[in-house]
Amino acid sequence: MAVKTATGAPAALPTGVIAQPAKKGFWAWLNKRLPVDEFITTQMTGYLAPKNFNIWYFFGSLALAVLALQLLSGIYLTMFYKVGEATSFDSVEYIMREVNYGWLIRYLHSTGASAFFIVVYLHMYRALLYGSYRAPRELLWLIGMLVYLALMAEAFMGYVLPWGNMSFWGAQVIVNLFGTIPGIGPGLVEWIRGDYGIADATLNRFFALHVALIPLALLLLVVLHLTALHEVGSNNPDGIEIHKKVGPDGKPLDGIPFHPYYTVKDIFGVGVFSVLFAIVVFFVPTLGGLFLESPNFEPANPLSTPEHIAPVWYFTPYYAILRAVPDQRLGALLMLLAVSAFLFLPWLDRSPVKSIRYKGWMSRTALTLFTVAFIALGYLGLQPAEGLYVVLARIFAVIYFLFFLLMPFYTKLESVKPVPERVIYHAH
Amino acid sequence: MRTDADPSARRCAARGAARLRRLPLAAALLAGVLVHGMAGAAEDAAAPGEVAKYGADWQSWHANTNVTDMPSVQRGARNFVSFCLGCHSLKYARWSRVGTDLSIPTDLLQKDLLPPGDKTTDYILTTMPAKDAETWFGKTPPDLTLMLRARGRDYVYQYLKTFYVDPTRQTGANNLRLPATAMPHVLSELEGLKKAVYRDEMNKGEGGKSTHEQVFDHFETLAPGRLSETEYDGFVRDTVNFLDYVSEPTQAARRALGVWVVLFLLVFTWLAWLVKREYWKDVH
Amino acid sequence: MADHAVVDDDEVDLSRRKFLTTATIATGAVGVAFTAVPFIESWSPSERARAQGAPVELDLSKIDAGQMATTVWRRSPIYVVRRTADMVTRVSGHDGELKDPTSQYSDQPPYAKNTLRSRTAEFLVLVGTCTHLGCLPKQRFTQGELYPSWPGGFFCPCHGSRFDLAGRVFDGSPASINLRVPPYSYPSPRTLLIGVDEKGAA
Repeated sequence: MAVKTATGAPAALPTGVIAQPAKKGFWAWLNKRLPVDEFITTQMTGYLAPKNFNIWYFFGSLALAVLALQLLSGIYLTMFYKVGEATSFDSVEYIMREVNYGWLIRYLHSTGASAFFIVVYLHMYRALLYGSYRAPRELLWLIGMLVYLALMAEAFMGYVLPWGNMSFWGAQVIVNLFGTIPGIGPGLVEWIRGDYGIADATLNRFFALHVALIPLALLLLVVLHLTALHEVGSNNPDGIEIHKKVGPDGKPLDGIPFHPYYTVKDIFGVGVFSVLFAIVVFFVPTLGGLFLESPNFEPANPLSTPEHIAPVWYFTPYYAILRAVPDQRLGALLMLLAVSAFLFLPWLDRSPVKSIRYKGWMSRTALTLFTVAFIALGYLGLQPAEGLYVVLARIFAVIYFLFFLLMPFYTKLESVKPVPERVIYHAH
Repeated sequence: MRTDADPSARRCAARGAARLRRLPLAAALLAGVLVHGMAGAAEDAAAPGEVAKYGADWQSWHANTNVTDMPSVQRGARNFVSFCLGCHSLKYARWSRVGTDLSIPTDLLQKDLLPPGDKTTDYILTTMPAKDAETWFGKTPPDLTLMLRARGRDYVYQYLKTFYVDPTRQTGANNLRLPATAMPHVLSELEGLKKAVYRDEMNKGEGGKSTHEQVFDHFETLAPGRLSETEYDGFVRDTVNFLDYVSEPTQAARRALGVWVVLFLLVFTWLAWLVKREYWKDVH
Repeated sequence: MADHAVVDDDEVDLSRRKFLTTATIATGAVGVAFTAVPFIESWSPSERARAQGAPVELDLSKIDAGQMATTVWRRSPIYVVRRTADMVTRVSGHDGELKDPTSQYSDQPPYAKNTLRSRTAEFLVLVGTCTHLGCLPKQRFTQGELYPSWPGGFFCPCHGSRFDLAGRVFDGSPASINLRVPPYSYPSPRTLLIGVDEKGAA
């Protein structure tokens, strides 16, 4: 299991990480009963990742870090939160004012939710840039999409729990969307709600799903995601399969052990992220109403709709698409298609190369336009649906869909650049 | 203010009035405000009838308050107890907590702020029964603990400064920030009375038809209050500052702790960077 | 040089690497410790719990001689007994039957570390929780009520522990220490304030 250099001599990893398991002592006793050492040597020190990872490759480990943060802060919140129409809102204020450091635990969780989406969107964007969804990583991508969908459900339900006015009305709007499904719609909505309107029953079941069911599903999906990754190996910014170029020892020439090289790099990444995260948590936790919306500081009021109902920023691109369509049913369908379009990417992209670095001008233009459209739709989703905003939302929605619909054509038509044999790497 | 003939209303009004007229407190309060106001610009209230074009730009009025200004927040606490607590509760805040955060000693808290009969550990509640309030005003005066976080500093600032006389309404008052507000002009004794002056505006509607519209132009002072314009402005800003504090009492601790946390994380990140660079010397 | 990504270089300064790694891990450990503080502290009683645990005042004039009043302070029952002169005499004379007659091992404030276990002879203030497993002992103040030589005191129905009229535990009881005395004081002769004494609020 030792990493050897081309001369055949063992490359002593200078950290002193032992390549051979101990023959005696506690470590040997443990490893006869649990494959701890095997796990480390195959998945950590023995998992070879491409050496040319750039900044886009931080966001996977950051997502894992944020997941851990949300689990910890979330579990602590459930120790003080009291679910119920009459108690939820008050219990959140109890946490903010009377529980020792309750305010900190709350802000960690609310900022963590937004941070999760920032990190996940950047993580997904990396896949778009470098073709990480291409074969043999289609399943990895699909599992990742399931993680994304579970995350959206988790965030939506979590937002209802404080039972502020935006919690209530946001739930009202999104749950009503299910009513557009032909035939079963209205019945389905009542079944989801457990009552004739968003009520205590809805709140309680969302609490159970948010605290127990979806976190378990997320953990399972993340484990599957990492397993699928380790099965096929990581992609890289050049889109080259490093396992195709091996040395005499059978190891990829452009691969380096994940531990210690990417563990130390990711710890640094977590450090940078933590600084930015802490600045938000301690100095601008509401981020001007983007992370914690003002209407949610008023208790849920079924008789008073907030002036501008908007979902939290991470849902607004899809919300903008929903509102751009003048027909409710069609709008809901298009919103669903907008989210699920990502699922088809592995089969829509027919380019001979994986990475944007070597794709032609058509792909680059398309991706640029898509990026602009996604961000623009996100902004538009926060604005009232009137006048110029609606016109722009329609234009950008069209661009959004064209990115996917035309992909089989422009990826096949364009001329691509030659892909190098070995990854591009400059020592740093 | 409350002119209902209903006996229970009169009783409650008397209780409320008793609270409102805590003479020693109000006197001390006015003294504080006057001193504070005199320290600012020497602007007197406009005499009745004098057109001052005041209020034309009300929508761009900013509170410009600073919640770290402790004396201001303390004055705001006294303002609130004197003029707001009669109807509005701060049900998520405790007296003792306000005392600790605002450095008000317990005996002073009990003497000057705490309503008789309340304990320092109690939540800050109004004695006005919600049912009666609904009868008199049409709706229960909302709890104000989170008002600042829900609507923002400028909203509350503008709200307290854009009351005007409106004989068509039961309370005799209306408000620019929240038209048809159920709240009477409680602070009229301090601010004075003003009326809204409108101007005629022609709007080109759709299809070339032009419509006439009455648009707010400016305020006109009808009667001066006990405070000058500057003094009243200071009063409102102190109150906004107190409401800012009470909407998030932990904000001072949050910012203070944040400095240390960010500094620590910067040191850690720098060390992590050095380690990374050291190990990556291996990679070619 | 080898063609591989990771090269066994002589430029590798092992000691610098070790030092930096140790320094970073140490700093990280400190960070983890500091991060744990808010989570651990959040479990300590909240402001609401502390407010509910505020001192409790009792009007002593409402208690008749020989009677006991029960109130609650910090979620524990508090027994306030107005001992008659006879009850006070019955506190003495059975030290040999007690496990800890001088209250060496039990929990009480300094002013209750005496035979009568109270500030004044007339009033006894106890935490009404059996020191065995926590049941509420029942009052048995009458002489001979339990058995002929019974001087009066408390009897715990759960497992049979017995305490005298100063809350001291009898031999043969499953409980091993005397009943607890909470901090208390008399702001005025007929007012008892549980939770506040010379040391301030508990």
